[in-house]
Amino acid sequence: MGAEPMRERFVETASSLLDRDERLVVVLAEISAKLFAPAAARHPARVVNVGIREQLMVSVASGFALTGFRPIVHTIASFAVERPYEQLKIDLGHQDAGAVLVTHGASYDYAESGRTHQAPEDVAVIDALPGWDIHVPGHPDEAERLITLAAAGRDRAYVRLAISQNSEPHRDGVVRRGNAGTVVAVGPMLDRVLVATAGLDLTVLYFATVRPFDGALLRATLSRPDVVIVEPYLEGTSCAEVASALVDVPHRLLAIGVPKLEHRRYGTIADHDAAHGLDAPSLRLRIVSFLLRPP
Amino acid sequence: MLPSLTTTTTPTGYAELPGLMTRMTGDEKHEPSATSTLDALWVLYERVLRVTPATAGDPDRDRFVLSKGHGPVAYYAVLAAKGFLDPEELSTFGQSGSRLGYHPDGRLVPGVEIGSGSLGHGLGIALGMSLGLRAQDSGARVFCLVGDAELEEGSNWEAIQLAGRLGLGGFVTVVIDNRSATRGWPGGIASRFEAEGWTSATVDGRSHVDLEAAYRSATANRPHVVVAVVEVKDGR
Repeated sequence: MGAEPMRERFVETASSLLDRDERLVVVLAEISAKLFAPAAARHPARVVNVGIREQLMVSVASGFALTGFRPIVHTIASFAVERPYEQLKIDLGHQDAGAVLVTHGASYDYAESGRTHQAPEDVAVIDALPGWDIHVPGHPDEAERLITLAAAGRDRAYVRLAISQNSEPHRDGVVRRGNAGTVVAVGPMLDRVLVATAGLDLTVLYFATVRPFDGALLRATLSRPDVVIVEPYLEGTSCAEVASALVDVPHRLLAIGVPKLEHRRYGTIADHDAAHGLDAPSLRLRIVSFLLRPP
Repeated sequence: MLPSLTTTTTPTGYAELPGLMTRMTGDEKHEPSATSTLDALWVLYERVLRVTPATAGDPDRDRFVLSKGHGPVAYYAVLAAKGFLDPEELSTFGQSGSRLGYHPDGRLVPGVEIGSGSLGHGLGIALGMSLGLRAQDSGARVFCLVGDAELEEGSNWEAIQLAGRLGLGGFVTVVIDNRSATRGWPGGIASRFEAEGWTSATVDGRSHVDLEAAYRSATANRPHVVVAVVEVKDGR
């Protein structure tokens, strides 16, 4: 495993929470099991590795929840969300069972591993199910805070960890104020959005929590009704949220994210960012042409 | 060889089940396929499960998980006979606003632990319940009912494998075998569980004496499967 500060912080945070809260359990499907070995040694009944059985991982979490526990469920996003999707819908949602689903791998953190390990769709498909909060931390400190908060809750929460991160932690809200439109940066996209919008007269909002979506803040801080949203997953994932927040305001919206296509490339995260126009220079071109040179 | 159907004298209540089912179906007679689970359910609720309407919210109650949510008429009838449901409510079966759907909903129906209908979900949830009960040192047991055709869903085998590897006592699966799996189970159903470390009993699914003995033959350190053999499903 290369450097994955958010994933490492997750293991530290969850292990520490297990020591303090006897209602917490961690359910794994082999991935990160070695990292949780010390916690499993301290709490053998509350750290369960079901093996490479992701459907069972979610079902077991449901059973734990239905007997009074708060499960943290974890593996790579593609195997945690897409493979056991019906278990998320039925075993958690339909049973009204709470859980914290923490994933890593993000859209293409393991770019060299190819499409099977890439999950730019994860947030969109989780968002299709009722009752999920969705957190996309941009820094290990945010990951720790959001996981701790979610673990203390009762409902369903999705926490999407990534290798890409910002240089500093932030709180959701206004990062910069301007008069020529608003750019919403989600999670790890903030630093590059700040570079891309340097010197421009734009409002920049930061959201690590995208569901519920803070449409009220977007509306309250709107200068011109021109909005760009920059998300690190499937482009357009939050368009309906923006449209809902501005339902009675004629507005323009540019949704930037990972395009819906089979990229079929290996390489690095940076290679994929560049290919999808998600690096800072590409973002600047797209933001400037949309917000500052309107048709 | 298929076990023969046996006639067994049972306490008051069992005789009322056909009438309760009629409230839902309107039919005076019920085809065997509609009642494949009836005797297995009745014996569980009458003689084995430590749960009553008064203890349905007790953390230490035994759990019954109906994974095979199809054809819940027999299940609702047993729940009514045992006082979890008012028999009057059975006539609302399937209606808008009723709590009683064609697949049961664990959040709507008193005494029902989970909502099911999509096959292959109950065993994994039941396994998680069993682990949850074990983690809090509860003596409560978990019984999960599946169908022989339902076992075609691969998700079941994830749970069967792990329960066996963990030596999970207090975890019992009831397989209603009416040979409805299109491609069958060459070598039998029980042997597949045994290969994963389970104890097993294959019995006449209409014999209350045999069913009770099979349920009670579970041991403390291994999961247990009861294969309840009933009439072949109609139409095959």
